[in-house]
Amino acid sequence: MSGHVHRDDLGSRLGMWLFLVTEMVLFGGLFIGYSYMRYRYPAEFHHGGMELNATLGVINTLVLLTSSLTVVLSIVAVQRGEKQRAMALLGTTLGLGLTFLVIKGFEWSAKFHHGLYPNSPHLATLPPGEQVFFGLYFTMTGLHGVHVIAGLSVLGVMLWWVATDRIRQDRYIHLENSGLYWHLVDVIWIFLLPLFYLAA
Amino acid sequence: MNETLHSHEAHIEHPGYGTFIGVWLLLLLLTGCLVGLSHVSQSYAVWGLLTLTPLKAGLVFYYFMHLKYEGPVFKVVVLVTLGTLLIFFALLFSDVAFR
Repeated sequence: MSGHVHRDDLGSRLGMWLFLVTEMVLFGGLFIGYSYMRYRYPAEFHHGGMELNATLGVINTLVLLTSSLTVVLSIVAVQRGEKQRAMALLGTTLGLGLTFLVIKGFEWSAKFHHGLYPNSPHLATLPPGEQVFFGLYFTMTGLHGVHVIAGLSVLGVMLWWVATDRIRQDRYIHLENSGLYWHLVDVIWIFLLPLFYLAA
Repeated sequence: MNETLHSHEAHIEHPGYGTFIGVWLLLLLLTGCLVGLSHVSQSYAVWGLLTLTPLKAGLVFYYFMHLKYEGPVFKVVVLVTLGTLLIFFALLFSDVAFR
């Protein structure tokens, strides 16, 4: 115990990537399920997609893409020892992530008002293909939303750690790994946008 | 003891703000193209989905997630995962096609 601290940043990042590929398989399975169902019910998926608000979907894409940028820039700021800028960038990311959730909340509540929610009586009257479409819509955007909440919680801790110098110029692996998670959440949304809002 | 590790890390050239802002602008542009294509016709929208979306995801992986600056092990891990998903996809649709 002579002050030697074992650190393996490369191994830490590799571990994070191994976790991320399990997330990719999780969502990948849902994407494959979507592909088959869309192949089977093309007309119903088209009709279901028309009911979604594409404008909100596109705005949320811009919000998430920008939040990904601010995270990666906060890492650059930490590498350069620009603590205030790093905190401002991370704060912006948190704000953008919350904006995403608020927009998603409005979108979902509009669907609920139209009687569209999992297991709703109205949904049961729709053709099977549309039931599948909305089932996948709520499952995939919901699971993605849970990931956004998890990512925001982790990034909130990162902001705290930057403020208290636990993350600094010579030690920022936790911020890097949290950023990796946030970017993956962004990538998943990049696929969700065209699948549900644009190409359906 | 820590110094040896740091000196090793210090050899890596970190990209600056400009690189990432450029990638972000490209991502916005591609999103605009994707939305534009979806207004043209259904088949254009599907082609946009199949080409521009993986391109956008690739840019995020390569630059934002620093895959460009990582060693081959990281790239292999990601490619093996994507390959596995592709095999599952192909198996499912080969089954569907011959039903």
